[in-house]
Amino acid sequence: MDERDGFEDRLRQARAREGLDRRPDGHGQLPQGPWGIGLRAGVEVVSALVVGIGLGFLLDRWLGTWPWLFLVFFVLGSVAGVLNVYRLFNPRSRPGVK
Amino acid sequence: MAVEGKTIDALSQFELSPVLGIFGDAVSFSQSNLFMVIAVALTWYLMKATADRGALVPGRLQALGESAYGFIAGMVRDQVGDEGKKYFPFVFSIFMFVLFGNLLGMLPYAFTYTSHIVVTLTLAVVVWVAVTVIAIQRHGMHFFSYFFPEGAPVWLAPIIIPVEVISYLSRMVSLSVRLFANMVAGHVMLKVFATFVVLLGGLGAVGPFVAAMPLAVNVALVGFEFLVAFLQAYVFAILTSIYLHDAVHLH
Repeated sequence: MDERDGFEDRLRQARAREGLDRRPDGHGQLPQGPWGIGLRAGVEVVSALVVGIGLGFLLDRWLGTWPWLFLVFFVLGSVAGVLNVYRLFNPRSRPGVK
Repeated sequence: MAVEGKTIDALSQFELSPVLGIFGDAVSFSQSNLFMVIAVALTWYLMKATADRGALVPGRLQALGESAYGFIAGMVRDQVGDEGKKYFPFVFSIFMFVLFGNLLGMLPYAFTYTSHIVVTLTLAVVVWVAVTVIAIQRHGMHFFSYFFPEGAPVWLAPIIIPVEVISYLSRMVSLSVRLFANMVAGHVMLKVFATFVVLLGGLGAVGPFVAAMPLAVNVALVGFEFLVAFLQAYVFAILTSIYLHDAVHLH
């Protein structure tokens, strides 16, 4: 009896693993602790700012419009940073949910 | 090297110098390159040992290789879905390269090549370019709709599109900075506390007793660094698969 129940369980797991059934969500998550989330949010904001500032600076050097594009891209970079943090908690699409 | 004239020199461990004598001088083959070659050789050996024997009851090496393979295969399948199977070799190579870089750096006298932003940024750029190429290949021009979500008012396009483009570009930076910063911070901490041990140990009779405190901290830090070495390789691989998921199922 026990062995047969165990077999059904294992069969279901194996089918899910090979993609034969719809699989439940929640496997392979990013670290969810407070430190993990906090550091990730910080890195996301800073990297968006870096890209924004860098783009603005380079475009200004190219077009000779210092400092106007720099200022515009600084603001855009900040917005992108906030967007990145928003995406951290509300991803555009979740694996498994189409 | 750590204590020179009783100062704390935590950064010289990241300096590059040519190795292998005259050959290294000629082509600027630094210890960073040497450890990359070692990491690739170890990965190759591990996979070869795993695949060659293929025993039904795996030995230690084969079990190690199989669990690494299964770990990443499961991650790619869960994150990307069944279409992601063909991208498994890419994610697996990146994961093993980062993992071996982090772990080799924990050996005494070894060099951590993942502690250089050039290396991590190059890896991140490779991931970013690969993900973008895959997305364009699968969706063609439709890929560019990624930068303008459906249903947004058209007059907001001049704001939304640059923001989305910056957000997309910032993946490269965040992916590389996260790995780089974690490895540098960990190794600097190790070096600083190791220097404390030496400096306090020289304080005469009480020295050895006081020096035991930073030594205890360092023991804990080494354990913590092993955790970080695994975790950062895992995070790099899972973010790669999340980006691959975005590329495969464009929304």
